[in-house]
Amino acid sequence: MASQEMEQLVRREYKEGFVTDIESDTLPPGLDEGTIAFISKKKGEPEWMLEWRLEAYRKWLKMTPPSWAHLDYPPIDYQAISYFSAPKRPEDRPQSLDEVDPKLLETYEKLGIPLHERAALAGVAVDAVFDSVSVTTTFKEKLYEAGVIFCSISEAVKDYPELVKQYLGSVVPVTDNYFAALNSAVFTDGSFVFVPKGVTCPMELSTYFRINAANTGQFERTLIICEEGAQVSYLEGCTAPMRDENQLHAAVVELVALDDAYIKYSTVQNWYPGDEDGKGGIYNFVTKRGDCRGDRSRISWTQVETGSAITWKYPSCVLRGKESIGEFYSVAVTNGRQQADTGTKMIHIGEGTRSSIISKGISAGRSNQSYRGLVKIGPRAKGARNFTQCDSLLIGDQCGAHTFPYQEIGNSTATVEHEATTSKIGEDQLFYCQSRGISEEDAVSMIVNGFCKDVFQELPMEFAVEAEALLSVTLEGSVG
Amino acid sequence: MLEVKDLHVTVEGKEILKGLTLTINAGEVHAIMGPNGAGKSTLSAVIAGKEGYEVTSGSITFEGKDVLEMEVEERALAGLLLGFQYPVEIPGVKNIYLLKAALNAKRAANGQAEIPAPEFLKLVKEKTAEMKMDASFLQRSVNEGFSGGEKKRNEILQMLVLQPKLAMLDEIDSGLDIDAMKIVADGVNSLRAADRGILLVTHYQRLLDYIVPDHVHVLVDGRIAKSGGADLALELESRGYDWVLEESAA
Repeated sequence: MASQEMEQLVRREYKEGFVTDIESDTLPPGLDEGTIAFISKKKGEPEWMLEWRLEAYRKWLKMTPPSWAHLDYPPIDYQAISYFSAPKRPEDRPQSLDEVDPKLLETYEKLGIPLHERAALAGVAVDAVFDSVSVTTTFKEKLYEAGVIFCSISEAVKDYPELVKQYLGSVVPVTDNYFAALNSAVFTDGSFVFVPKGVTCPMELSTYFRINAANTGQFERTLIICEEGAQVSYLEGCTAPMRDENQLHAAVVELVALDDAYIKYSTVQNWYPGDEDGKGGIYNFVTKRGDCRGDRSRISWTQVETGSAITWKYPSCVLRGKESIGEFYSVAVTNGRQQADTGTKMIHIGEGTRSSIISKGISAGRSNQSYRGLVKIGPRAKGARNFTQCDSLLIGDQCGAHTFPYQEIGNSTATVEHEATTSKIGEDQLFYCQSRGISEEDAVSMIVNGFCKDVFQELPMEFAVEAEALLSVTLEGSVG
Repeated sequence: MLEVKDLHVTVEGKEILKGLTLTINAGEVHAIMGPNGAGKSTLSAVIAGKEGYEVTSGSITFEGKDVLEMEVEERALAGLLLGFQYPVEIPGVKNIYLLKAALNAKRAANGQAEIPAPEFLKLVKEKTAEMKMDASFLQRSVNEGFSGGEKKRNEILQMLVLQPKLAMLDEIDSGLDIDAMKIVADGVNSLRAADRGILLVTHYQRLLDYIVPDHVHVLVDGRIAKSGGADLALELESRGYDWVLEESAA
């Protein structure tokens, strides 16, 4: 693309942020083709995008919500949801931190969130262009020099239609599952990353830099493409608890890695889990999939899941390229009445493909959590290897952990190993630490962090430190 | 410093300690001996505050404070430290991290700032060498994959770093070969000080060849049946426990 265009783009984003400039109107609840046409028009999308959405919608109508997960929630009324709402006007938002739930502020304090960021996270009407503008600008310049495209998906639809057309829905087909189909029809925003051939993205890309990320809404769509030999590390989410009025979240994330490319996708998810009785928490139904399309390509998912009332999420890798590598490192923590059904799928198609899965589940309170993993080795995946380790840690005696490993081995040269453990956080371990003068809370957090170490070391440094703090806060008071 | 008076303790409804009385003063080393099942380990566990032990009557005071009213960590911070017979493994938590957290908890309780990293490193290296442990132990997960002897040495290492006022060592000699026992005994002996009490719980006299106690108590059927000096241990070694039992019954 011409450098001038890029520059303009940079300026425009800088001025307006990522939220498309729209009058503050909100659609009434309900979903039909008119709703979709409205969204598409509001976003100024080209005709082909609208067609794509409508096709997804028509297919979605014929699908039924999945019922196999180990989750318990009332049926969702999709006609009761508003599918387009403009960002809240400043006058409707809390005017200062004094108006924000003190509990939320306390948590920010414990997590060490810088003061100037607390207001933005809590949804206070602050001038969107605050301190981090300079950061954002430097950041944009660096990416531009490297030739990396990082923008919102809405902008990508308009500015890079060829790339979007080529890759959107190529990893997660529209009809992949119920929630993916719904997302395809009504997605509102999300990120787009394109790293050209041979380029190593000069910095970790983070939604964190996108000040308005909190408003990307319930149906986020992310597409990341790494061309031959390119590399990128993408961080999603934030350790700070995110409040959102939208109860249903159904995001789709697609990753494409061509020959020798490497995509590392790290998530820290801490959405509102609901009150003590589980009321008001977010339902998080996410489809995340990476396609190791090229030979020797590698996709690595690392996730720390602590929030949401209900999590339904299986970041997966399709290992198509020869000797491609898929990795899944996960820590999921549930407390209170949270429910999580999460895991991964490793689909080995190419020769000599390898995958490793390390899943750590921690259940406390009256929460329930399941690990669900599929390792599928196709007939052509000669010499494919998988290693799976899933460990569950229970805190207290009212929570539950379940493991559902599935294996489909289509050829005899494959090696598949599976290890699973379930342990209760040892009274003995706690007593041992406490008898050394360490408080119960510190002891729990020490033991839990030790349990998660294998996964935390896969996180980018800063994230790892935050994740440790997050775990302690999440599990606070869960013992005794 | 430690006073246990007429202590009665039940575990799952069964009375294990039946009126145990014991006084330990600063500078003294006491050894509690006795046959299996006499309640030796129960005593140190109750003093440390382990759950599952119900004190039905009697009292434990430490430097005038009611120990039974204190939380587990408060007891440790007050200077009561238990060395475990079977130290647990804590996967993923580095030994050095546990040591540092424990030491800093103690410092915080004393109104001191956290120990500066270089000072801490110097301290643990010194103590690790004293216990003839390789420095790599510090980087390993707490007790994970440690041999029996290594676990015991690690317990003493913690004592050396935390410098308790009263060190309680529960069967610290079990499962040790003679070389490891000497190292452990040297460690314990280096803890002997005018301002520190030591309580050894042991089944065998063997350990007491290396750590010579000031007082020996024989615990039989939940009570101290006989007390004496270091020579009592030798007598037990040659005559067994039965005569004490008969004597106390008489």
